[in-house]
Amino acid sequence: MDINLTFLGQMVSFAILVWFTTKFIWPQLNHAIEERQKKVADGLAAAEKARAELKDADAKVAVEIKQARAQANEIIERAQSQANQIVDKARAEAVTEATRLKAAAAEEIVSMQQRAREELRGWVGRLAVQGAEKIVQREVDASAHKAMLDQLVAEI
Amino acid sequence: MASEPQGGLTEYIQHHLHHYTVSLGDGDFMKIHVDSLVVSFVLGALFCLWFWLKARKATSGVPSKGQAFVEIIVEFVDTQVKDTFHGDRRTVTPLALSIFMWVVFLNTMDLLPLDAPGWGVKAVAGAEVAHHTFFRWVPTADINTTMGLALAVFFIVLAHGMKAKGVGGFGWELITAPFHADNVAVKIILMPFNLALNVIEYLSKPVSLAMRLFGNMYGGELVFMLIAGLFAGWISFLPGVLFNSVWAIFHILIILLQAFIFMMLTIVYIATAREHH
Repeated sequence: MDINLTFLGQMVSFAILVWFTTKFIWPQLNHAIEERQKKVADGLAAAEKARAELKDADAKVAVEIKQARAQANEIIERAQSQANQIVDKARAEAVTEATRLKAAAAEEIVSMQQRAREELRGWVGRLAVQGAEKIVQREVDASAHKAMLDQLVAEI
Repeated sequence: MASEPQGGLTEYIQHHLHHYTVSLGDGDFMKIHVDSLVVSFVLGALFCLWFWLKARKATSGVPSKGQAFVEIIVEFVDTQVKDTFHGDRRTVTPLALSIFMWVVFLNTMDLLPLDAPGWGVKAVAGAEVAHHTFFRWVPTADINTTMGLALAVFFIVLAHGMKAKGVGGFGWELITAPFHADNVAVKIILMPFNLALNVIEYLSKPVSLAMRLFGNMYGGELVFMLIAGLFAGWISFLPGVLFNSVWAIFHILIILLQAFIFMMLTIVYIATAREHH
């Protein structure tokens, strides 16, 4: 096997082939490879994004549930305080009414006392006249002694 | 060599068509082409190592460039198998991938400088040893390599046929297809014809597989050798470089195409063998 220019020629040709491959074939392959990488990366990124969005939505739901719960609590509290107010108001009204009734009753009692006293006075006057009649054994002219009797009654 | 260009070229080509041969016994058959075997083995191992490393480090996340490249190859092969073969692809795709990548590797040796092994031997052991050393490093330009591959494929195809139809069903189809008959007597008459046709059909498959690949690669190598003849003189040196480069660039196409054809035909043969007639 003679080694001569032949090998040199083949080496130069090989160098040209390598250059050609590097220049025109490898970029195509590289492009395909990078495209695939990008596709996978995009897919993963999309999945990650979807996961993050789901997490966001979950958080939002949790916040909303919390808000709703707080609102419900507030409503309950307000209702309770309103009920308390109503009860208080009713109690106050009842107390006022009771006071009023008591005052009215007291007034009536006073007026009844007065009436009873006046009635008693009338009775006492008549009794006194009858007693005096019996004592003097004669009829006293009621009208003649009326002034005296009235004075007597008033003194009782 | 320049003083006797014609004789020099003939001798050059004849030298380069010699394999590194070791005789194991008497006769032409008991010989081994060490160069074809060693290069095939090394390249096959290289392919396995490469893909194994990438598969071991494979991630389901964004792939590295190396992984993406391997993925593209595997996906390409799997798509071809899926389009042609409708069945369990678990063993067929790896087979197709192995065939494709191995043949690509073996064919690619054609692109390397033809005289590089000789130059290496000369640099190490001197011109005299180099003159008596033969080393062809394109295994697919050796009919033994392609025939071996094709025969392996042939047996795999037979196995697929027998597995799909059973040994009895496979044998029955050999003598009853493609000519069908309803009459028993006609059936029996047709049997030898069917059998002959099937045997020819089955045998033609590995032969065509092996010859196609061998013919293309051998022819390609021969063209490289003829172009190498142009390097003998200074006047034809530059055209020689030009032709060599152009042929090499064109040869990239042949290399991939032949590997692809070998793979596709293997898949088609397996798919056909599994079909019921």
